[in-house]
Amino acid sequence: MSRPRLRLWVLLALLLLATFISLSAGTLWLKPATVLERLLAHDALDFEVWNHRLPRSLIAILAGAAFGLAGAIVQGVIRNPLASPEILGVTQGAGLALTVAIISWPHLPIAWLPLVACLGGAGGALLLALYNTGVSFSGVRFALSGVAIAVTLSSVTEFLILSHPLDINTALLALTGSLWSRNWHHVALVLPFLLLIPLGLCLAKPLNLIALGDEAAHSLGTALRRTRWLAMTCAVLLTSLGVGVIGPIGFIGLVAPHMARRLVGGHHQWLLPAAMLIGALLLVLADTLGRTLIAPSEIPAGVLTAVIGAPYFLWLLARFKG
Amino acid sequence: MSILQARQLDIGYGDTRIVQGLSFTPPAGKVTALIGPNGCGKSTLLKTFARILKPSAGELSLDGQAYASLSSRQLAQQIAFLPQVLPVPEGVSVRQLVAYGRSPHNSLWGRLSGSDQSHVSRAMQRLELEVLADRALADLSGGQRQRAWLAMVLAQNAPVVLLDEPTTYLDISHQVELLDLMGELAAEGKTVITVLHDINQACRYADHLAVMRSGKLVADGAPGAVISAELMRQVFDVQVQVINEPVSGTPMCIVEKSTRNHV
Repeated sequence: MSRPRLRLWVLLALLLLATFISLSAGTLWLKPATVLERLLAHDALDFEVWNHRLPRSLIAILAGAAFGLAGAIVQGVIRNPLASPEILGVTQGAGLALTVAIISWPHLPIAWLPLVACLGGAGGALLLALYNTGVSFSGVRFALSGVAIAVTLSSVTEFLILSHPLDINTALLALTGSLWSRNWHHVALVLPFLLLIPLGLCLAKPLNLIALGDEAAHSLGTALRRTRWLAMTCAVLLTSLGVGVIGPIGFIGLVAPHMARRLVGGHHQWLLPAAMLIGALLLVLADTLGRTLIAPSEIPAGVLTAVIGAPYFLWLLARFKG
Repeated sequence: MSILQARQLDIGYGDTRIVQGLSFTPPAGKVTALIGPNGCGKSTLLKTFARILKPSAGELSLDGQAYASLSSRQLAQQIAFLPQVLPVPEGVSVRQLVAYGRSPHNSLWGRLSGSDQSHVSRAMQRLELEVLADRALADLSGGQRQRAWLAMVLAQNAPVVLLDEPTTYLDISHQVELLDLMGELAAEGKTVITVLHDINQACRYADHLAVMRSGKLVADGAPGAVISAELMRQVFDVQVQVINEPVSGTPMCIVEKSTRNHV
């Protein structure tokens, strides 16, 4: 078995292990045997495992994988290892749309939130696309204008939250990126991710070629414009889907593809699945830590990913320069 | 053999016109060298043949089919192009890079069939890359990397091969190997078009020269028929003696002095 393949299996095993731990961890610690027993029982009255921890872990796996895949796609298509959906305005666009929706229609059913987030995410990406049309494509310009748009959008979000203190609680909760009180209804909302996986994986081949430069990619038969559109659309949908259910969780889209590249190399047929597995693993870990560190209170997963992700990002920047 | 035809091409970036009214049919199954001073438009012309640049006027066709009627994949099956400046992809091995050359032929997922595999291993053999196969591209020297890129272009196995200054990073013995390789490709029936800076190398190893100046084709034909002291003065602003090179009998220029009027 080749090394990257072996490492993918190891990642999968780690993810299963982490998920199992997250099922037994919490305010009430359960023995592994009890967890297994309750998983097999499918008891609708089992509050801890079946109704609470399992859906929560499933959402963490699906959303984390979606963020990881989106990040790997964005970094591949922009050819910049510092790119990720949250510096392209996608995450913040989705966050702003959610805030506006929660403040204007406090009783909006949760099933609408992913759709709202998709519209916002697409809006952020569209702003970026508009700013970059009419000039020849440059990764640096794209990334820098993305950061500017991201900051602008999130400042509008902050303003809305500050100027609507009465509605602040719900909005703030949605926007710190938390898996608190997520249930089976929310799982259904992230399931479309499963449909996006094959689309994302089909980008592996063109992303390999884009890494060789636009001219080489073109001469090897890549339709560059179409690939860029498809990749960005895919990344927007993946990110918004996650943000719509658990709010904007930072740094997973940036960090997961990085770790994946170090583990399995730059060949996207390995890199994309690895980024998905690492994204899922990171979010499951962040969520588990978040609800055990200061139990019975919770630290939102988004806060923990930022605490780990921000130093990692700084370390990356320092390495990138030197 | 594939026939590339350019008729009345105008090519430019924005408002600047780089190539004007150029018509050219490189001989099929031969090595053609594009030569000319810096900024004469030879790389621009090569990129247009690769459809990286679109001419603002004129027609380009391959075997009588207009370029516009070919998809990206179809064109890549027919025309391989090695750019002059290439990034170093992170975490990609030599074997993976060479295998990317099969992209226009393999599936959506990039899976290599048996025949893809044999093209890849033959290309690696031809450029003596087997010992480097599992090394990351980023860990190689400039010359080794250039050979890996060339192997990728060979693996693509297109009937038309375009090379933009392929000798740049190579030492002299690898340069000679590459120039011989171009001859072998032509002998296999491929049409090779390359930009070369060294006029004497071009005269010795190319079957056909296309000489450009200020975006126009000023001469084209066999080296012996094209190169003269007069042409060298007009095109390159140098005063030369043209002698017969003792090994191959092709023309060889020995520079006496520059005739450029410095301001």
